[in-house]
Amino acid sequence: MALNLDDIKRIAHLARIQVSDSEAQETLTKLSGILGLIEQMQAVDTTGITPMSHSQDVTQRLREDVVTKTNQRELFQSIAPATQDGLYLVPKVIE
Amino acid sequence: MINSSLKQLGQQLAGKQVSSVELTQAYLQRMAQLNPTINAYVTIDEDKTLAQAKAADARIAAGDFGPLTGIPLAQKDIFCAKGWRTTCSSKMLENFISPYDAHVISQFDAAGAVNLGKTNMDEFAMGSSNETSYFGGVKNPWDFDRVPGGSSGGSAAAVAARLCAAATGTDTGGSIRQPASLCGFTGLKPTYGLVSRYGMIAFASSLDQAGPMAKSAEDCALMLNVMAGFDERDSTSVNREKEDYTRGLAAMQGEQPLKGLRIGLPKEYFAEGLNAEVAKVIETAIAEYKKLGAEIVDISLPNNNLSIPVYYVLAPAEASSNLSRYDGVRYGHRAAEYNDLLDMYMKSRAEGFGAEVKRRILIGTYVLSAGYYDAYYLKAQQIRRLIAQDFVEAFKHCDVIMGPAAPSTAFKAGEKTSDPVAMYLEDLYTIAVNLAGLPGMSIPAGFAQSSDGKALPVGLQLIGNYFDEARMLEIGHAYQQVTDWHTRMPEGIA
Repeated sequence: MALNLDDIKRIAHLARIQVSDSEAQETLTKLSGILGLIEQMQAVDTTGITPMSHSQDVTQRLREDVVTKTNQRELFQSIAPATQDGLYLVPKVIE
Repeated sequence: MINSSLKQLGQQLAGKQVSSVELTQAYLQRMAQLNPTINAYVTIDEDKTLAQAKAADARIAAGDFGPLTGIPLAQKDIFCAKGWRTTCSSKMLENFISPYDAHVISQFDAAGAVNLGKTNMDEFAMGSSNETSYFGGVKNPWDFDRVPGGSSGGSAAAVAARLCAAATGTDTGGSIRQPASLCGFTGLKPTYGLVSRYGMIAFASSLDQAGPMAKSAEDCALMLNVMAGFDERDSTSVNREKEDYTRGLAAMQGEQPLKGLRIGLPKEYFAEGLNAEVAKVIETAIAEYKKLGAEIVDISLPNNNLSIPVYYVLAPAEASSNLSRYDGVRYGHRAAEYNDLLDMYMKSRAEGFGAEVKRRILIGTYVLSAGYYDAYYLKAQQIRRLIAQDFVEAFKHCDVIMGPAAPSTAFKAGEKTSDPVAMYLEDLYTIAVNLAGLPGMSIPAGFAQSSDGKALPVGLQLIGNYFDEARMLEIGHAYQQVTDWHTRMPEGIA
C-alpha cells in the first residue's frame, strides 16, 4: 500500500512524535522505500503456518507474590526532568 | 602488552609482573591519545576506572581472583552501569545517569574486571555503521575514512585499535558480527536467552542478545564464562547449567583436530550481493578448515532473502513499543517549551530521537496499527518460522554453518547514509540467525583489497546450533592455532 502525507501525519501522531511539514515529505520518501522492501513478504504463501513470536518455546516463569525490591523513589526521581513532593510533574491534564 | 591475550594478561597480573592499575593506566593513556580521533568511547571516567583497578589489585594481593580480575574492558553504552552516564548514543539519554547495574555489568564487577568506559554505538543500536550516533561516527582503525560497522561500532574500534583488552556488544540483527568482520576481530552473538538482558537498553526484545567482542576465540570464551548465566530478572533468560566455554580449547592442537566436523555452506550466502574479493577470502578460509579435518556439505537456507523484510517489520514493531517509555516524564530528554501534555510528549520525542530511530518507530507503529497487523506483523512472524525451520533442516546435515559475516569490507563514511534500504542490506547474512535465536560468530579470515587499494579485514561467520557456543569457540580456536589473522593490528595505532 502506498503511503501519503496524511498517513505520515497520522502515524506520527500515534507514535507521539512531532513531524513538521518539511520533515513529512522526507519521511514519506524514506518510509515508502522501507515498505517497498517489506512488500517482498506478500509473495510468500503462509497459509497454515503458526506465527513465531519467539525463538524459544518457553512459558513465563511464575514467582511467589512477595516483596522483592525496596523503594528507591528518591534515587529514581533524582534523574527526572521535574518532580515535587515525590511526584512527577507534568502539564495540567484536568481542568 | 596491547596485543596480549586475556590469558597472558591474567597470568601477568597473577604473577605480579604488572598491576591492574599499571595496565589500566596504559590503556587510559592510549585512549587519551587515540580516542579524540577514533571516537570509540563516549564516556570516560578515570577516577571510577582507577578505583576499580585498585580494588582488583587488592583482590589479587589477597588471592581472591579469577581469570578476568584486573583486566580493563570496554562496555557498550547500551548497558546500564550504576553512577555512569548511560546514553545509548541518543540525545534522549544524554544526561541519564543510571541508578542501577545491568546484569552483564554486575557479572563483570563480581569477576573483578575494570570498566574503561562506555563505547559509542548507533543510536539505540539502530544502524550498521555507527553513523546514527548522537555523538558522531566512529573511525575504523584500519582506515579512518571508513566506518567500523554497527551498531557496536565503538566497542569494535576499541578492540581493533587496542583501546581495551576486550569489549562487550549487543547483536539484534548483526551488531556484533558485522563490526567484528569490518574491524578484523572475533565477535560472538550467543544463543538467545544465554546472557541476561536485564539493564540492557531494549531495542527489539525478542532478538536482542549481548556477547563478547575480543581478539580471539579463546578471549571470547573467557568473556562468555562471565557473561552467560541464568538471571531471574530477565523473563527470557534460559535456566540451564553454567558451562566452561574454554573446556575444549586445549584439545584443538595437532593434525586434524576437527576431523569429522561437517561444515555446511549455504548456497544463498555465496550468491549475488557478495563482494568477489570477500568471497575469495572466505573460500581460502574454508580450504584451511578442510586441512584441519573438516568435511564440506552443501546446504540451502531458501528463505534467507526474506530475513531482511521480516526483520524490518518485527524489529521496528518491538522498538516502537519499547521506545514508548521515552516520554520526558520520569527520565530522559524533555522539551523546554510545550502547551500541554500531548505537546510535551510529541516535542520531547521529536527532539530526543534521531532520524533513523524515528523512522523505525514510525514503521513499527504503522505495521502494528489497526487494519495492518495481519498483513505485516502476523505475516512476518509466520515467515520467521520458515526461516528458523531452514536452520533446523540444515543442521540435520552439518554441525556448523559457515559463510561471510558481511557482504563487503568496511565502506566509506557517508556512503550509505542517504539510503536506509542499502544500509539494511549490510545484514543479509546475519539477521536470520537472530530471527532463529541461534548463536553466530565472526572470526578474522584475512584481508580483501578495496577498489582504492586498501587491504581491509574480512570476517568468516560461524553459525552453530542452539547452545553450541563451546563447540563454535573450539572451531574458531582451531583455525586461530594455524592462522595469525586475529593477531594483526592496524598500522598507526601502536
